[in-house]
Amino acid sequence: MFSDKCRQSYINELNGIKQQGIFKQERFIHAPQGAEIEVEFPAGASTKKVINMCANNYLGLSSHPEVVKAAHEGLDVRGYGMSSVRFICGTQDIHRQLENKLTEFLGTEDTLLFPSCMDANAGVFEAVLTDQDVMIADRLVHASIVDGMRLCKAAQDTYKHSDMEHLEAKLQEHQDKRNRMIITDGVFSMDGDLAKLDKIVELAEKYDAMVFVDESHASGFIGKTGRGTHEHCGVLGHIDIITTTLGKALGGASGGCVSGRRELVELCRQRARPYLFSNTVAPVIVYGALKVMDLISKTTERRDKLEQNTIYWRKLLKDAGFDIKEGESPIVPVMLYNAKLAQDIATDLYAEGIYAIGFFFPVVPKGQARIRTQLSAAHEKHHLDKAIEAFTKVGKKYNVLGKGKKEIIEMYGM
Amino acid sequence: MDDKEMKKMVLDYVKREYLEEGDDREITESTPLISGGIVDSFSMVSLKRFLEKKFSIAIPDADASPEAFDTVNSIVALVNRFIK
Repeated sequence: MFSDKCRQSYINELNGIKQQGIFKQERFIHAPQGAEIEVEFPAGASTKKVINMCANNYLGLSSHPEVVKAAHEGLDVRGYGMSSVRFICGTQDIHRQLENKLTEFLGTEDTLLFPSCMDANAGVFEAVLTDQDVMIADRLVHASIVDGMRLCKAAQDTYKHSDMEHLEAKLQEHQDKRNRMIITDGVFSMDGDLAKLDKIVELAEKYDAMVFVDESHASGFIGKTGRGTHEHCGVLGHIDIITTTLGKALGGASGGCVSGRRELVELCRQRARPYLFSNTVAPVIVYGALKVMDLISKTTERRDKLEQNTIYWRKLLKDAGFDIKEGESPIVPVMLYNAKLAQDIATDLYAEGIYAIGFFFPVVPKGQARIRTQLSAAHEKHHLDKAIEAFTKVGKKYNVLGKGKKEIIEMYGM
Repeated sequence: MDDKEMKKMVLDYVKREYLEEGDDREITESTPLISGGIVDSFSMVSLKRFLEKKFSIAIPDADASPEAFDTVNSIVALVNRFIK
């Protein structure tokens, strides 16, 4: 029974979230995903046309006509739903086809689809590690990895973000375990920096450890042919488990996978609970994703354009005087350090027709508030020129141009 | 080992294990570590393992709460409960 007392306790909890300033509200988009979208915000307001600088639509394939057409075809030839988990009667030929395509693209031995990468990460560790093993994770890995590690009985440890000396010390400390697994994101979603996979693989070989990489913010565009961070770092074929998503660059709908050593993937097929106890991606998405794999295997045109956009946008921001996190990925954080400042600037940008979001604690560490901008191959130069105009105008208003961390904190506090 | 030495040992470990290079935040025995965002619950496990190894104790998971691990003072109080 949901008594008044019970309801009140939840109202209080929600009010607490509002008071902390971390209450999230959805914005309704009245258009397909793209570089320019129509947004209704707040709910009930008339729609506004804005440039989207916060989608994971890295390759601009979310609404690509060929992908949409393929999805229609999938619907026609394989139906809408499966009404079954994979191992009962929920696997079609096309699911296996997509798994094989992903295996080939990622340079691994085998692949298993999951309903999402969140599910892949939630299920993979428990499926392949036991209480005799240890998981050693970078401290900035994605929340879904943290959750997956919590579901696993293996010992847990962490190393300072991208600190190879600290990782080495941890590997030495855990030599008594049966198996060691180093766990990292390929591209870190908040800072946009790349894992040092070449160094990590070297340490893994030295200390007999497996390597796990979440490539959700990398698959399709990092590396010369877009295979991911392992391609960029020259260690294709050396990663034991890759998890990645179809929900970002690879069409952006939904779905994820575990890809890697044959035996590890097979263990996931036998034991990973999100695979065993939920339906896999629907046929319509599989058809769309197969088309995506086809498009990005034929040409690197889209990842090349994304790279050019990234270089251009990073230069525009730096020339304007913004303090950005250096790097080469299309995730470009504009550092503002103060949570309220990040929120205020995002609000003003929206008024100027730019959709970008402020991030602050607990999503990023305290005193590290920022606006995360993300590039897409769907952006044209004129989008970015318009965006920098708005950023510059708002940056001037808050007097943050040409200012570094110390000066911004002096003005606004942490 | 008295409390003062224990606190110094824990404080040194916390600085070494959790502060990034260039992080000049000053940490004292009463600095909130978890609620202050220096140590997150995900990274807390290495601190627990350090205490168990260093003081030859076993801290049950139920006692290793974020509150008990929030300051060096509370950590040492927790350790003292388990030292025989």
